[in-house]
Amino acid sequence: MAAETTNTQAVGAGKTLLSVKDLNVSYGAIHAVQGISFDIHEGEIVTLIGANGAGKSTTLNTIAGLVKPDSGTITLDEKNLVGQRAHKIVEAGLALCPEGRRVFSRMSVAENLEMGGYTQPDSQNAKTVKMVYEHFPRLRERKNQLAGTLSGGEQQMLAMGRALMSRPKLLMLDEPSMGLAPLLIEEIFQIIRQLGDAGTTILLVEQNANMALKVADRAYVLELGKVAKHGTGQELLHDDDVRKAYLGA
Amino acid sequence: MFLTQVLNGLQLGSIYALVALGYTMVYGIILLLNFAHGDIIMFGSYVAWIALVQLGLNPAIAVLLAIFGCVVLGVLIDKVAYAPLREAPRLSILITAIGVSYLLENGVQLLLGADAKVVPSIIDLGTVQVFGSTLSGTALLTVAVTIVATVVLTLLVQKTRLGKAMRAVSEDMGAARLMGVNVNSTISFTFAVGSALAGIAAILYSMAYQQVSPTMGVMLGTKAFVAAVLGGIGSIPGAVIGGLIVGFSEVFVAAFGLSVWQDAVVFLLLILVLVVKPTGLLGRPVTEKV
Repeated sequence: MAAETTNTQAVGAGKTLLSVKDLNVSYGAIHAVQGISFDIHEGEIVTLIGANGAGKSTTLNTIAGLVKPDSGTITLDEKNLVGQRAHKIVEAGLALCPEGRRVFSRMSVAENLEMGGYTQPDSQNAKTVKMVYEHFPRLRERKNQLAGTLSGGEQQMLAMGRALMSRPKLLMLDEPSMGLAPLLIEEIFQIIRQLGDAGTTILLVEQNANMALKVADRAYVLELGKVAKHGTGQELLHDDDVRKAYLGA
Repeated sequence: MFLTQVLNGLQLGSIYALVALGYTMVYGIILLLNFAHGDIIMFGSYVAWIALVQLGLNPAIAVLLAIFGCVVLGVLIDKVAYAPLREAPRLSILITAIGVSYLLENGVQLLLGADAKVVPSIIDLGTVQVFGSTLSGTALLTVAVTIVATVVLTLLVQKTRLGKAMRAVSEDMGAARLMGVNVNSTISFTFAVGSALAGIAAILYSMAYQQVSPTMGVMLGTKAFVAAVLGGIGSIPGAVIGGLIVGFSEVFVAAFGLSVWQDAVVFLLLILVLVVKPTGLLGRPVTEKV
Protein backbone atom coordinates (compact mmCIF):
# COMPACT_ATOMS: atom_id res chain seq x y z
CA MET A 1 0.00 0.00 0.00
CA ALA A 2 2.70 2.43 1.03
CA ALA A 3 4.82 1.35 -1.89
CA GLU A 4 2.01 1.95 -4.31
CA THR A 5 1.44 5.46 -3.02
CA THR A 6 5.11 6.27 -3.43
CA ASN A 7 4.98 4.88 -6.91
CA THR A 8 2.10 7.13 -7.95
CA GLN A 9 3.78 10.11 -6.33
CA ALA A 10 7.00 9.41 -8.19
CA VAL A 11 5.22 9.36 -11.51
CA GLY A 12 2.39 11.83 -11.17
CA ALA A 13 3.32 15.26 -9.92
CA GLY A 14 0.23 16.08 -7.93
CA LYS A 15 -3.30 15.20 -6.97
CA THR A 16 -5.71 13.43 -9.27
CA LEU A 17 -7.09 15.91 -11.80
CA LEU A 18 -9.14 13.74 -14.13
CA SER A 19 -10.63 10.43 -13.16
CA VAL A 20 -12.42 8.15 -15.61
CA LYS A 21 -14.12 5.05 -14.21
CA ASP A 22 -15.78 2.14 -16.03
CA LEU A 23 -16.56 4.24 -19.07
CA ASN A 24 -18.80 2.59 -21.67
CA VAL A 25 -19.66 4.30 -24.95
CA SER A 26 -21.56 2.97 -27.95
CA TYR A 27 -22.31 4.25 -31.42
CA GLY A 28 -25.50 2.42 -32.26
CA ALA A 29 -24.65 -1.26 -32.14
CA ILE A 30 -20.90 -0.66 -31.88
CA HIS A 31 -19.61 -0.81 -28.32
CA ALA A 32 -16.58 1.42 -28.91
CA VAL A 33 -15.41 1.89 -25.33
CA GLN A 34 -15.86 -1.03 -22.94
CA GLY A 35 -15.25 -0.20 -19.32
CA ILE A 36 -12.16 2.01 -19.56
CA SER A 37 -10.74 3.48 -16.32
CA PHE A 38 -7.78 5.79 -15.89
CA ASP A 39 -6.52 8.73 -13.85
CA ILE A 40 -4.49 11.79 -14.69
CA HIS A 41 -2.60 13.68 -12.02
CA GLU A 42 -1.86 17.37 -12.07
CA GLY A 43 1.19 18.21 -14.17
CA GLU A 44 1.37 14.86 -15.94
CA ILE A 45 1.48 14.03 -19.61
CA VAL A 46 -0.56 10.88 -20.08
CA THR A 47 -1.01 9.18 -23.42
CA LEU A 48 -3.58 6.73 -24.73
CA ILE A 49 -2.13 4.65 -27.52
CA GLY A 50 -3.68 1.92 -29.62
CA ALA A 51 -4.69 0.95 -33.10
CA ASN A 52 -7.44 2.48 -35.20
CA GLY A 53 -10.79 1.70 -33.59
CA ALA A 54 -9.35 1.03 -30.15
CA GLY A 55 -11.61 3.73 -28.73
CA LYS A 56 -9.05 6.48 -28.15
CA SER A 57 -10.81 9.34 -29.89
CA THR A 58 -14.19 8.18 -28.60
CA THR A 59 -12.82 8.41 -25.07
CA LEU A 60 -11.63 11.98 -25.62
CA ASN A 61 -14.86 13.03 -27.32
CA THR A 62 -16.83 11.58 -24.43
CA ILE A 63 -14.76 13.43 -21.85
CA ALA A 64 -15.27 16.64 -23.85
CA GLY A 65 -19.03 16.12 -23.83
CA LEU A 66 -19.44 15.63 -27.58
CA VAL A 67 -20.57 12.02 -27.11
CA LYS A 68 -22.77 10.71 -24.31
CA PRO A 69 -21.53 7.61 -22.46
CA ASP A 70 -23.80 4.64 -21.71
CA SER A 71 -22.37 4.36 -18.22
CA GLY A 72 -19.36 5.28 -16.13
CA THR A 73 -18.12 8.40 -14.39
CA ILE A 74 -15.81 11.19 -15.46
CA THR A 75 -14.69 13.74 -12.89
CA LEU A 76 -12.44 16.77 -13.24
CA ASP A 77 -11.23 18.08 -9.89
CA GLU A 78 -13.88 15.86 -8.31
CA LYS A 79 -16.63 17.59 -10.28
CA ASN A 80 -18.82 15.34 -12.40
CA LEU A 81 -18.62 15.93 -16.16
CA VAL A 82 -21.01 13.25 -17.43
CA GLY A 83 -24.21 14.79 -18.80
CA GLN A 84 -22.73 18.28 -18.88
CA ARG A 85 -22.97 20.05 -22.19
CA ALA A 86 -19.74 20.54 -24.14
CA HIS A 87 -19.56 24.29 -23.61
CA LYS A 88 -19.98 23.85 -19.85
CA ILE A 89 -17.12 21.36 -19.83
CA VAL A 90 -14.85 23.95 -21.44
CA GLU A 91 -15.84 26.35 -18.67
CA ALA A 92 -14.98 23.66 -16.13
CA GLY A 93 -11.40 23.70 -17.40
CA LEU A 94 -11.07 21.10 -20.08
CA ALA A 95 -9.99 21.75 -23.65
CA LEU A 96 -9.93 19.30 -26.53
CA CYS A 97 -7.76 19.97 -29.56
CA PRO A 98 -9.68 17.76 -31.97
CA GLU A 99 -8.49 15.23 -34.49
CA GLY A 100 -7.95 16.77 -37.90
CA ARG A 101 -7.25 20.18 -36.28
CA ARG A 102 -10.56 21.73 -37.31
CA VAL A 103 -9.38 25.30 -37.27
CA PHE A 104 -11.88 27.89 -38.47
CA SER A 105 -10.42 28.26 -41.96
CA ARG A 106 -12.39 31.37 -42.91
CA MET A 107 -11.27 33.21 -39.79
CA SER A 108 -7.84 34.74 -39.19
CA VAL A 109 -5.27 33.17 -36.89
CA ALA A 110 -5.95 35.87 -34.30
CA GLU A 111 -9.71 35.30 -34.53
CA ASN A 112 -9.23 31.56 -34.10
CA LEU A 113 -7.29 32.24 -30.91
CA GLU A 114 -10.01 34.63 -29.83
CA MET A 115 -12.55 31.85 -30.30
CA GLY A 116 -10.36 29.60 -28.16
CA GLY A 117 -10.66 32.17 -25.37
CA TYR A 118 -14.42 32.45 -25.82
CA THR A 119 -15.15 31.51 -22.20
CA GLN A 120 -12.51 33.86 -20.79
CA PRO A 121 -12.62 37.61 -20.16
CA ASP A 122 -10.83 39.81 -22.71
CA SER A 123 -8.25 40.97 -20.17
CA GLN A 124 -7.28 37.34 -19.56
CA ASN A 125 -7.15 36.57 -23.28
CA ALA A 126 -4.72 39.42 -23.88
CA LYS A 127 -2.30 37.71 -21.49
CA THR A 128 -2.91 34.16 -22.69
CA VAL A 129 -2.41 35.08 -26.33
CA LYS A 130 1.10 36.35 -25.50
CA MET A 131 1.89 33.01 -23.87
CA VAL A 132 0.54 31.15 -26.92
CA TYR A 133 2.67 33.26 -29.29
CA GLU A 134 5.71 32.45 -27.16
CA HIS A 135 5.11 28.73 -27.61
CA PHE A 136 4.19 29.16 -31.28
CA PRO A 137 6.12 32.14 -32.68
CA ARG A 138 5.00 31.25 -36.20
CA LEU A 139 1.41 32.02 -35.27
CA ARG A 140 2.36 35.56 -34.34
CA GLU A 141 3.95 36.07 -37.76
CA ARG A 142 0.74 34.92 -39.38
CA LYS A 143 -1.84 36.33 -37.04
CA ASN A 144 -3.76 38.24 -39.72
CA GLN A 145 -3.70 35.39 -42.22
CA LEU A 146 -6.80 33.24 -42.76
CA ALA A 147 -6.35 29.91 -40.99
CA GLY A 148 -7.35 28.02 -44.14
CA THR A 149 -4.20 29.29 -45.88
CA LEU A 150 -1.82 27.87 -43.25
CA SER A 151 0.19 24.71 -43.82
CA GLY A 152 -0.85 21.52 -42.03
CA GLY A 153 1.81 21.95 -39.34
CA GLU A 154 0.85 25.57 -38.74
CA GLN A 155 -2.81 24.59 -38.52
CA GLN A 156 -1.91 22.01 -35.88
CA MET A 157 -0.03 24.68 -33.93
CA LEU A 158 -3.04 26.97 -34.24
CA ALA A 159 -5.39 24.23 -33.05
CA MET A 160 -3.17 23.63 -30.01
CA GLY A 161 -2.77 27.33 -29.30
CA ARG A 162 -6.53 27.81 -29.65
CA ALA A 163 -7.17 25.03 -27.12
CA LEU A 164 -4.70 26.66 -24.70
CA MET A 165 -6.59 29.95 -24.90
CA SER A 166 -9.28 28.66 -22.54
CA ARG A 167 -6.54 28.20 -19.90
CA PRO A 168 -7.50 24.57 -19.40
CA LYS A 169 -6.63 22.56 -16.32
CA LEU A 170 -6.36 19.64 -18.71
CA LEU A 171 -5.42 19.89 -22.36
CA MET A 172 -6.49 16.95 -24.50
CA LEU A 173 -4.73 16.46 -27.83
CA ASP A 174 -6.25 14.09 -30.37
CA GLU A 175 -3.73 12.82 -32.94
CA PRO A 176 -1.63 15.99 -33.16
CA SER A 177 0.89 14.31 -35.48
CA MET A 178 -1.67 13.11 -38.00
CA GLY A 179 -0.75 13.88 -41.59
CA LEU A 180 2.38 15.85 -40.74
CA ALA A 181 5.88 15.45 -42.16
CA PRO A 182 8.42 13.80 -39.80
CA LEU A 183 10.29 17.03 -39.07
CA LEU A 184 7.07 18.77 -38.12
CA ILE A 185 6.06 15.86 -35.92
CA GLU A 186 9.34 16.33 -34.03
CA GLU A 187 8.55 20.00 -33.64
CA ILE A 188 5.00 19.37 -32.42
CA PHE A 189 6.19 16.85 -29.85
CA GLN A 190 8.89 19.24 -28.66
CA ILE A 191 6.19 21.80 -28.04
CA ILE A 192 4.08 19.22 -26.19
CA ARG A 193 7.07 18.50 -23.94
CA GLN A 194 7.61 22.23 -23.50
CA LEU A 195 3.96 22.72 -22.50
CA GLY A 196 4.25 19.82 -20.06
CA ASP A 197 7.40 21.30 -18.54
CA ALA A 198 5.56 24.60 -18.15
CA GLY A 199 3.06 22.77 -15.94
CA THR A 200 0.23 22.00 -18.37
CA THR A 201 -1.50 18.68 -17.69
CA ILE A 202 -1.93 16.86 -20.99
CA LEU A 203 -3.90 13.87 -22.18
CA LEU A 204 -2.48 12.82 -25.51
CA VAL A 205 -4.05 10.39 -27.94
CA GLU A 206 -1.70 9.15 -30.64
CA GLN A 207 -1.22 6.51 -33.25
CA ASN A 208 2.43 7.43 -33.35
CA ALA A 209 3.12 5.34 -30.24
CA ASN A 210 6.87 5.80 -30.36
CA MET A 211 6.75 9.59 -30.10
CA ALA A 212 3.86 9.53 -27.67
CA LEU A 213 5.57 7.14 -25.22
CA LYS A 214 8.78 9.17 -25.33
CA VAL A 215 7.03 12.36 -24.34
CA ALA A 216 4.58 10.86 -21.84
CA ASP A 217 4.98 10.34 -18.10
CA ARG A 218 2.46 7.53 -18.14
CA ALA A 219 0.61 5.63 -20.83
CA TYR A 220 -2.41 3.40 -21.31
CA VAL A 221 -2.63 0.94 -24.17
CA LEU A 222 -6.17 0.55 -25.51
CA GLU A 223 -7.21 -2.53 -27.42
CA LEU A 224 -10.75 -2.96 -28.76
CA GLY A 225 -12.23 -0.56 -26.27
CA LYS A 226 -10.42 -1.84 -23.19
CA VAL A 227 -7.28 -0.90 -21.28
CA ALA A 228 -4.84 -3.68 -22.18
CA LYS A 229 -1.78 -2.32 -20.36
CA HIS A 230 -0.59 0.68 -18.48
CA GLY A 231 2.68 1.94 -17.10
CA THR A 232 5.19 4.73 -17.43
CA GLY A 233 6.12 5.86 -20.91
CA GLN A 234 9.58 4.33 -20.53
CA GLU A 235 8.22 0.99 -19.28
CA LEU A 236 5.93 0.64 -22.25
CA LEU A 237 8.60 1.75 -24.71
CA HIS A 238 10.56 -1.32 -23.60
CA ASP A 239 7.62 -3.67 -23.21
CA ASP A 240 7.86 -6.56 -25.67
CA ASP A 241 4.15 -6.73 -26.54
CA VAL A 242 3.94 -3.00 -27.07
CA ARG A 243 7.10 -3.01 -29.18
CA LYS A 244 5.72 -5.75 -31.38
CA ALA A 245 2.24 -4.34 -31.76
CA TYR A 246 2.83 -0.58 -31.93
CA LEU A 247 6.48 0.21 -32.40
CA GLY A 248 7.19 -2.11 -35.30
CA ALA A 249 10.10 -3.75 -33.49
CA MET B 1 -38.40 59.69 -64.86
CA PHE B 2 -35.30 57.54 -65.08
CA LEU B 3 -34.23 58.59 -61.60
CA THR B 4 -37.67 57.65 -60.27
CA GLN B 5 -37.33 54.19 -61.76
CA VAL B 6 -33.86 53.79 -60.30
CA LEU B 7 -35.22 54.70 -56.88
CA ASN B 8 -38.13 52.28 -57.32
CA GLY B 9 -35.62 49.55 -58.16
CA LEU B 10 -33.56 50.46 -55.12
CA GLN B 11 -36.65 50.45 -52.91
CA LEU B 12 -37.88 47.05 -54.04
CA GLY B 13 -34.34 45.69 -54.11
CA SER B 14 -33.75 46.91 -50.55
CA ILE B 15 -36.78 45.02 -49.29
CA TYR B 16 -35.63 41.88 -51.08
CA ALA B 17 -32.15 42.39 -49.67
CA LEU B 18 -33.42 42.59 -46.08
CA VAL B 19 -35.42 39.40 -46.54
CA ALA B 20 -32.56 37.67 -48.38
CA LEU B 21 -30.24 38.46 -45.46
CA GLY B 22 -32.50 36.42 -43.20
CA TYR B 23 -32.40 33.46 -45.59
CA THR B 24 -28.68 33.66 -45.99
CA MET B 25 -27.89 33.94 -42.27
CA VAL B 26 -30.00 30.94 -41.31
CA TYR B 27 -28.62 28.94 -44.21
CA GLY B 28 -25.10 29.98 -43.27
CA ILE B 29 -25.42 28.67 -39.74
CA ILE B 30 -27.52 25.50 -40.01
CA LEU B 31 -27.69 24.90 -43.79
CA LEU B 32 -31.47 25.24 -43.67
CA LEU B 33 -33.53 26.91 -46.37
CA ASN B 34 -36.03 28.44 -43.99
CA PHE B 35 -39.12 28.43 -46.19
CA ALA B 36 -41.13 29.97 -43.36
CA HIS B 37 -39.03 33.15 -43.57
CA GLY B 38 -41.39 34.88 -46.02
CA ASP B 39 -44.30 34.13 -43.70
CA ILE B 40 -42.50 35.81 -40.82
CA ILE B 41 -42.75 39.01 -42.88
CA MET B 42 -46.45 38.38 -43.38
CA PHE B 43 -46.79 37.94 -39.61
CA GLY B 44 -44.92 41.19 -38.96
CA SER B 45 -47.18 43.07 -41.35
CA TYR B 46 -50.26 41.69 -39.60
CA VAL B 47 -48.87 42.72 -36.22
CA ALA B 48 -48.45 46.24 -37.62
CA TRP B 49 -52.00 46.16 -39.02
CA ILE B 50 -53.49 44.97 -35.73
CA ALA B 51 -51.53 47.55 -33.77
CA LEU B 52 -52.51 50.41 -36.08
CA VAL B 53 -56.07 49.54 -37.08
CA GLN B 54 -57.48 47.28 -34.37
CA LEU B 55 -55.72 48.81 -31.40
CA GLY B 56 -55.16 52.29 -32.76
CA LEU B 57 -51.65 52.49 -31.35
CA ASN B 58 -49.01 55.06 -32.14
CA PRO B 59 -47.20 54.14 -35.40
CA ALA B 60 -43.80 54.08 -33.68
CA ILE B 61 -45.09 51.53 -31.18
CA ALA B 62 -46.67 49.53 -34.01
CA VAL B 63 -43.29 49.39 -35.76
CA LEU B 64 -41.52 48.18 -32.64
CA LEU B 65 -44.25 45.61 -31.94
CA ALA B 66 -44.00 44.27 -35.49
CA ILE B 67 -40.23 43.84 -35.28
CA PHE B 68 -40.46 42.35 -31.80
CA GLY B 69 -43.26 40.01 -32.92
CA CYS B 70 -41.10 38.75 -35.80
CA VAL B 71 -38.15 38.11 -33.48
CA VAL B 72 -40.30 36.14 -31.04
CA LEU B 73 -41.91 34.14 -33.84
CA GLY B 74 -38.58 33.40 -35.55
CA VAL B 75 -36.93 32.16 -32.35
CA LEU B 76 -40.04 30.20 -31.40
CA ILE B 77 -40.14 28.45 -34.79
CA ASP B 78 -36.51 27.43 -34.35
CA LYS B 79 -37.06 26.15 -30.81
CA VAL B 80 -40.27 24.28 -31.51
CA ALA B 81 -39.84 23.02 -35.06
CA TYR B 82 -36.15 23.00 -36.02
CA ALA B 83 -34.12 22.49 -32.84
CA PRO B 84 -35.49 18.96 -32.18
CA LEU B 85 -34.31 18.03 -35.69
CA ARG B 86 -30.77 19.38 -35.39
CA GLU B 87 -29.22 15.92 -35.74
CA ALA B 88 -31.83 14.65 -38.23
CA PRO B 89 -31.23 14.39 -42.00
CA ARG B 90 -31.47 17.73 -43.74
CA LEU B 91 -34.50 16.70 -45.73
CA SER B 92 -36.57 16.29 -42.54
CA ILE B 93 -35.91 19.82 -41.41
CA LEU B 94 -36.52 21.19 -44.91
CA ILE B 95 -39.93 19.53 -45.04
CA THR B 96 -40.63 20.86 -41.56
CA ALA B 97 -39.85 24.37 -42.81
CA ILE B 98 -42.41 23.96 -45.59
CA GLY B 99 -44.90 22.69 -42.99
CA VAL B 100 -44.30 25.70 -40.75
CA SER B 101 -44.83 27.96 -43.74
CA TYR B 102 -48.25 26.40 -44.49
CA LEU B 103 -49.17 26.48 -40.82
CA LEU B 104 -48.52 30.20 -40.61
CA GLU B 105 -50.33 31.05 -43.84
CA ASN B 106 -53.37 28.96 -43.02
CA GLY B 107 -53.36 29.88 -39.35
CA VAL B 108 -53.53 33.58 -40.14
CA GLN B 109 -56.15 32.93 -42.79
CA LEU B 110 -58.24 31.03 -40.24
CA LEU B 111 -57.96 33.72 -37.59
CA LEU B 112 -58.15 36.87 -39.68
CA GLY B 113 -59.67 35.82 -42.99
CA ALA B 114 -58.21 35.36 -46.46
CA ASP B 115 -58.94 38.85 -47.73
CA ALA B 116 -56.25 41.52 -47.93
CA LYS B 117 -56.32 44.23 -45.27
CA VAL B 118 -55.35 47.82 -45.79
CA VAL B 119 -52.47 49.09 -43.67
CA PRO B 120 -52.81 52.82 -43.09
CA SER B 121 -49.82 55.06 -43.68
CA ILE B 122 -47.29 54.71 -40.89
CA ILE B 123 -45.56 57.96 -41.63
CA ASP B 124 -46.14 60.45 -44.44
CA LEU B 125 -42.80 61.50 -45.87
CA GLY B 126 -44.18 63.20 -48.94
CA THR B 127 -41.99 63.54 -52.04
CA VAL B 128 -38.72 65.16 -52.95
CA GLN B 129 -37.93 66.87 -56.26
CA VAL B 130 -34.48 66.03 -57.61
CA PHE B 131 -33.43 67.15 -61.13
CA GLY B 132 -37.07 67.33 -62.11
CA SER B 133 -37.84 63.81 -60.92
CA THR B 134 -40.34 63.19 -58.16
CA LEU B 135 -38.87 60.86 -55.57
CA SER B 136 -40.96 59.24 -52.88
CA GLY B 137 -39.90 59.82 -49.30
CA THR B 138 -40.90 56.27 -48.39
CA ALA B 139 -38.55 54.89 -51.04
CA LEU B 140 -35.68 57.03 -49.81
CA LEU B 141 -36.34 55.92 -46.23
CA THR B 142 -36.42 52.27 -47.32
CA VAL B 143 -33.03 52.57 -48.98
CA ALA B 144 -31.54 54.42 -46.00
CA VAL B 145 -32.87 51.89 -43.48
CA THR B 146 -31.48 49.02 -45.55
CA ILE B 147 -28.05 50.60 -45.77
CA VAL B 148 -27.98 51.14 -42.00
CA ALA B 149 -29.24 47.61 -41.30
CA THR B 150 -26.63 46.06 -43.58
CA VAL B 151 -23.79 48.05 -42.04
CA VAL B 152 -24.92 47.18 -38.50
CA LEU B 153 -25.29 43.52 -39.42
CA THR B 154 -21.84 43.40 -41.01
CA LEU B 155 -20.25 44.97 -37.94
CA LEU B 156 -22.16 42.58 -35.70
CA VAL B 157 -20.96 39.53 -37.59
CA GLN B 158 -17.37 40.69 -38.11
CA LYS B 159 -16.55 42.45 -34.87
CA THR B 160 -18.64 41.25 -31.95
CA ARG B 161 -18.16 38.21 -29.77
CA LEU B 162 -21.56 36.82 -30.73
CA GLY B 163 -20.89 37.48 -34.40
CA LYS B 164 -17.64 35.56 -34.23
CA ALA B 165 -19.44 32.72 -32.48
CA MET B 166 -21.96 32.73 -35.34
CA ARG B 167 -19.18 32.46 -37.89
CA ALA B 168 -17.49 29.70 -35.91
CA VAL B 169 -20.73 27.71 -35.61
CA SER B 170 -21.44 28.18 -39.31
CA GLU B 171 -18.02 26.82 -40.20
CA ASP B 172 -17.77 23.91 -37.77
CA MET B 173 -20.46 23.38 -35.15
CA GLY B 174 -18.50 20.70 -33.29
CA ALA B 175 -15.32 22.76 -33.11
CA ALA B 176 -17.33 25.78 -31.94
CA ARG B 177 -18.72 23.67 -29.09
CA LEU B 178 -15.17 22.78 -28.10
CA MET B 179 -14.42 26.49 -27.80
CA GLY B 180 -17.15 26.80 -25.19
CA VAL B 181 -19.72 28.31 -27.56
CA ASN B 182 -23.31 27.54 -26.64
CA VAL B 183 -24.38 26.44 -30.10
CA ASN B 184 -28.12 26.44 -29.39
CA SER B 185 -28.21 29.99 -28.13
CA THR B 186 -26.00 31.10 -31.01
CA ILE B 187 -28.48 29.60 -33.46
CA SER B 188 -31.38 31.26 -31.60
CA PHE B 189 -29.56 34.56 -31.83
CA THR B 190 -29.13 34.08 -35.59
CA PHE B 191 -32.86 33.45 -35.97
CA ALA B 192 -33.55 36.53 -33.84
CA VAL B 193 -31.38 38.75 -36.04
CA GLY B 194 -32.75 37.32 -39.29
CA SER B 195 -36.30 37.77 -38.03
CA ALA B 196 -35.64 41.33 -36.87
CA LEU B 197 -34.55 42.11 -40.43
CA ALA B 198 -37.74 40.43 -41.63
CA GLY B 199 -39.70 42.67 -39.25
CA ILE B 200 -38.03 45.75 -40.69
CA ALA B 201 -38.79 44.46 -44.19
CA ALA B 202 -42.42 43.91 -43.17
CA ILE B 203 -42.76 47.54 -42.13
CA LEU B 204 -41.05 48.85 -45.27
CA TYR B 205 -43.18 46.57 -47.44
CA SER B 206 -46.38 47.69 -45.72
CA MET B 207 -45.36 51.31 -46.23
CA ALA B 208 -44.78 50.67 -49.93
CA TYR B 209 -47.83 48.57 -50.74
CA GLN B 210 -50.17 49.38 -47.84
CA GLN B 211 -51.81 46.00 -47.73
CA VAL B 212 -51.37 42.64 -46.05
CA SER B 213 -52.73 39.20 -46.88
CA PRO B 214 -51.99 35.72 -45.53
CA THR B 215 -50.08 34.69 -48.66
CA MET B 216 -48.14 37.93 -49.19
CA GLY B 217 -44.98 36.23 -47.90
CA VAL B 218 -44.98 33.54 -50.57
CA MET B 219 -43.87 35.50 -53.62
CA LEU B 220 -41.86 37.98 -51.54
CA GLY B 221 -40.10 35.11 -49.80
CA THR B 222 -39.45 33.22 -53.03
CA LYS B 223 -38.00 36.29 -54.76
CA ALA B 224 -35.80 37.05 -51.77
CA PHE B 225 -34.70 33.42 -51.74
CA VAL B 226 -33.78 33.77 -55.39
CA ALA B 227 -31.87 36.92 -54.46
CA ALA B 228 -29.94 35.05 -51.75
CA VAL B 229 -29.05 32.20 -54.10
CA LEU B 230 -28.20 34.62 -56.90
CA GLY B 231 -25.78 36.49 -54.64
CA GLY B 232 -24.36 33.27 -53.19
CA ILE B 233 -26.26 31.82 -50.27
CA GLY B 234 -24.43 32.21 -46.97
CA SER B 235 -22.86 35.50 -48.07
CA ILE B 236 -24.08 38.76 -46.50
CA PRO B 237 -22.91 41.11 -49.27
CA GLY B 238 -24.19 38.50 -51.74
CA ALA B 239 -27.70 38.76 -50.29
CA VAL B 240 -27.69 42.55 -50.64
CA ILE B 241 -26.38 42.49 -54.20
CA GLY B 242 -28.79 39.68 -55.12
CA GLY B 243 -31.70 41.65 -53.64
CA LEU B 244 -30.80 44.75 -55.61
CA ILE B 245 -30.41 42.81 -58.86
CA VAL B 246 -33.81 41.18 -58.42
CA GLY B 247 -35.46 44.49 -57.48
CA PHE B 248 -33.92 46.39 -60.39
CA SER B 249 -34.77 43.75 -62.97
CA GLU B 250 -38.39 43.69 -61.88
CA VAL B 251 -38.78 47.45 -61.95
CA PHE B 252 -37.04 47.90 -65.29
CA VAL B 253 -38.88 45.06 -66.97
CA ALA B 254 -42.12 46.70 -65.82
CA ALA B 255 -40.89 50.13 -66.94
CA PHE B 256 -40.38 48.78 -70.46
CA GLY B 257 -44.02 47.78 -70.45
CA LEU B 258 -43.32 44.08 -69.98
CA SER B 259 -44.78 43.71 -66.51
CA VAL B 260 -46.30 40.30 -67.32
CA TRP B 261 -42.67 39.11 -67.56
CA GLN B 262 -41.72 40.64 -64.24
CA ASP B 263 -41.64 37.38 -62.25
CA ALA B 264 -40.30 35.25 -65.10
CA VAL B 265 -37.29 37.52 -65.55
CA VAL B 266 -36.26 37.01 -61.93
CA PHE B 267 -36.24 33.25 -62.28
CA LEU B 268 -34.59 33.44 -65.67
CA LEU B 269 -31.79 35.47 -64.08
CA LEU B 270 -31.42 32.82 -61.41
CA ILE B 271 -31.09 30.08 -63.99
CA LEU B 272 -28.53 32.08 -65.96
CA VAL B 273 -26.38 32.80 -62.90
CA LEU B 274 -26.53 29.22 -61.69
CA VAL B 275 -25.49 27.92 -65.10
CA VAL B 276 -22.48 30.21 -65.23
CA LYS B 277 -21.59 30.25 -61.53
CA PRO B 278 -23.37 27.55 -59.50
CA THR B 279 -22.29 29.00 -56.13
CA GLY B 280 -23.91 32.37 -56.93
CA LEU B 281 -22.13 35.67 -57.54
CA LEU B 282 -20.26 35.89 -54.23
CA GLY B 283 -20.66 32.28 -53.11
CA ARG B 284 -17.69 30.33 -51.86
CA PRO B 285 -16.44 27.42 -53.89
CA VAL B 286 -17.49 24.17 -52.26
CA THR B 287 -14.02 22.64 -52.21
CA GLU B 288 -12.03 23.33 -49.09
CA LYS B 289 -8.49 22.61 -48.08
CA VAL B 290 -8.36 19.68 -45.71
